[in-house]
Amino acid sequence: MSHITPIAFAIITALTLVSAIAAMSLRHLVHCALCLAVTLAGIAALYLQLGAAFVGWAQILVYIGAVAILIVFAILLTRSSEAEPRPILSPYWGVGIAIAVLVFGVLAKAIFSSSLAGRLPPEKADPTVREIGNQLMTGYVLPLEVIGLLLTAAAIGAVIIAMKDSTSGRLASPPIVPEPAQKNARPETPPAH
Amino acid sequence: MISQDHLPLHYYLILSALLFAVGLAGALTRRNAILVLVGIELMLNAANLNFIAFWRYNPNPDSLIGIMFVIFSIAVAAAEAAVGLALIIRIYRHYHTINLDKMDSLKG
Amino acid sequence: MIGNIFTGLIVMIWRVLTDQPNPKGDLLAALPEAMRPFVSVVLSISPIMMIFPGLFAATTWIERKGLGRIQNRMGPNRVGPYGWFQPVADGLKMLTKEDIVPRTADKLVHFLAPVILLVPTLLAYAVLPYGANLVPINLDAGILFFFAVGASTELSVFMAGWSSRNKYSLLGAMRAIAQMISYEIPLIISSVTVIMITGSLSLVDIVDRQAGYAFGFIPHWHVFKPWGLAGFVIFLIASLAESNRSPFDIPEAESELIAGHLTEYSGFKYALFFLSEYLGMFAMCGLAATLFLGGWRAPLPILEWVPSYVWFMGKLIALVLVFIWVRGTVPRLRVDQLLNFAWKFMLPLALLNLLVAAVWHYTAVWNFPTALIWRWLLCALLIGVPYVCLGRGLTGTKKLTRRVYRFAE
Repeated sequence: MSHITPIAFAIITALTLVSAIAAMSLRHLVHCALCLAVTLAGIAALYLQLGAAFVGWAQILVYIGAVAILIVFAILLTRSSEAEPRPILSPYWGVGIAIAVLVFGVLAKAIFSSSLAGRLPPEKADPTVREIGNQLMTGYVLPLEVIGLLLTAAAIGAVIIAMKDSTSGRLASPPIVPEPAQKNARPETPPAH
Repeated sequence: MISQDHLPLHYYLILSALLFAVGLAGALTRRNAILVLVGIELMLNAANLNFIAFWRYNPNPDSLIGIMFVIFSIAVAAAEAAVGLALIIRIYRHYHTINLDKMDSLKG
Repeated sequence: MIGNIFTGLIVMIWRVLTDQPNPKGDLLAALPEAMRPFVSVVLSISPIMMIFPGLFAATTWIERKGLGRIQNRMGPNRVGPYGWFQPVADGLKMLTKEDIVPRTADKLVHFLAPVILLVPTLLAYAVLPYGANLVPINLDAGILFFFAVGASTELSVFMAGWSSRNKYSLLGAMRAIAQMISYEIPLIISSVTVIMITGSLSLVDIVDRQAGYAFGFIPHWHVFKPWGLAGFVIFLIASLAESNRSPFDIPEAESELIAGHLTEYSGFKYALFFLSEYLGMFAMCGLAATLFLGGWRAPLPILEWVPSYVWFMGKLIALVLVFIWVRGTVPRLRVDQLLNFAWKFMLPLALLNLLVAAVWHYTAVWNFPTALIWRWLLCALLIGVPYVCLGRGLTGTKKLTRRVYRFAE
């Protein structure tokens, strides 16, 4: 199947790049978020093509199943779901684009001038989940525990930051509580209209 | 799984650099705070792709460092997105806008 | 060559029907080298594409009849004997209805939403072991793949709700997504107990681990262990919520939000949504059968002559019938009750179930005579006491007081 690999790589790369550019340049925020989801899926496909199956599925589960949904919810909760008013770019957008082009230029020069370019991969069996699990539990157990702590802190922190204050939801008038029925109830006269 | 690839390494590195540049351009030029976060996520993903490419092309076939790095990077990116978006929602509640150009009360 | 292909086909069907290994081998050997991967893929996919939509059609009939009987009425009985052709009538109706798209709707997103819901749902069928040698692909990280594609369906719910530019759709979509992400956590944690004990993410390994019989007649299925029983119940409840079935069907209940995120869909797109919901339900039932009920394994040693796929489909259909039964019996939960239930009740119990699984695993070395009873007692207490305390505690905070009226300002 090796003759399919460059074609598959070309298709996935094109899809990823086009949706990344679309994610950063579309006017409608929700479209940007959906294009980001497509970009993330393209990157997961690249992980799968490189043989990192566990990371590829974890990327889909975490990024598309959680982070993209978070971004979409934030767009809705900040009422940014209508189209942005013109202009969509900040006043110094030229500087931003120039910096990005410069960064890409430096990176490309570094890549092409290094001896790593043009290297071919060794024949390697895809790592099983068992090996990754072993490594996580023996060599990388400290980062694992720290990640657990970090995720707990992030979850609690996000909830506390985004929670509505109990004082900001006050009503203009106190709520209406109906009168309890009297023991010796008098028949109520209807109000005169 | 198509995992016998004979593409040279720099294809993946250039793609990762391109994605990083696109994310950087978006994070620097868009006015909406959420889109800056989207750009940051793109940059993180570009770096992760770099890690996985280097892991695959490592002459030492038993090393799993690239995969480990990316697993932790994905977890950290998810945590950071959650906290960042919570902050954006809070800022929206205070300023009623998330246009970054309008948040200039610390300037000067 | 045609003769070889024909015999290869017959051999394949015979091997599938009698549970023999490598069913596709002879047929693929008769074909040229270049065609083999594609033919292999088509052979794996076509039974799934034929059986499960057919099961969907049958389930719509069973559901309407079953719900009718539970509710003391007949159910459809006009179209054919006992209403057997009702699914055909429903299908024709959906296909011939006019496809109305609102004028201000976001056309591309509105069009793509049902597609993006259907494709991951169908992908999830690729890792389930349907029989002893009948798994389409034995992925090393099978369960992770299943949950990953399950999580991808949430984005399409949002796309459907948002692109319709309808406040009911958007509200329904946000509620549906909140419900789905809240119930994903107990779902995944209850399957982590199975993964923990099995030591592998591969569904084929998990079914292999459930082989054998204790005392000669009780199978080693995970549902017959205390952590497996609790995990099975949690998994079933969470998968009811994941597929938006009653009692968790607030997102698409007609009396609540018109039809939630499906309001602006008609005709074939609505049929695709409907199909995807049922296919998702079948996939969840299939996964529950694989994780907890022993997959394709027979329940008694004397029944092992029955082919394995019969057991798998039987368990799947039994779980679907349980889902229909629950739909007809339990009233619908309000959306805040639903979310409280997930976060404050199911999540702690799912985490405690992990502890119970660990306790069960490490007390397996006890071998004094009544060890099994003591182990069961310990594990049942470990999960039963918090269950009762959480249940009492969570309902105790809501006192039934006089109703307080707040009018909109």
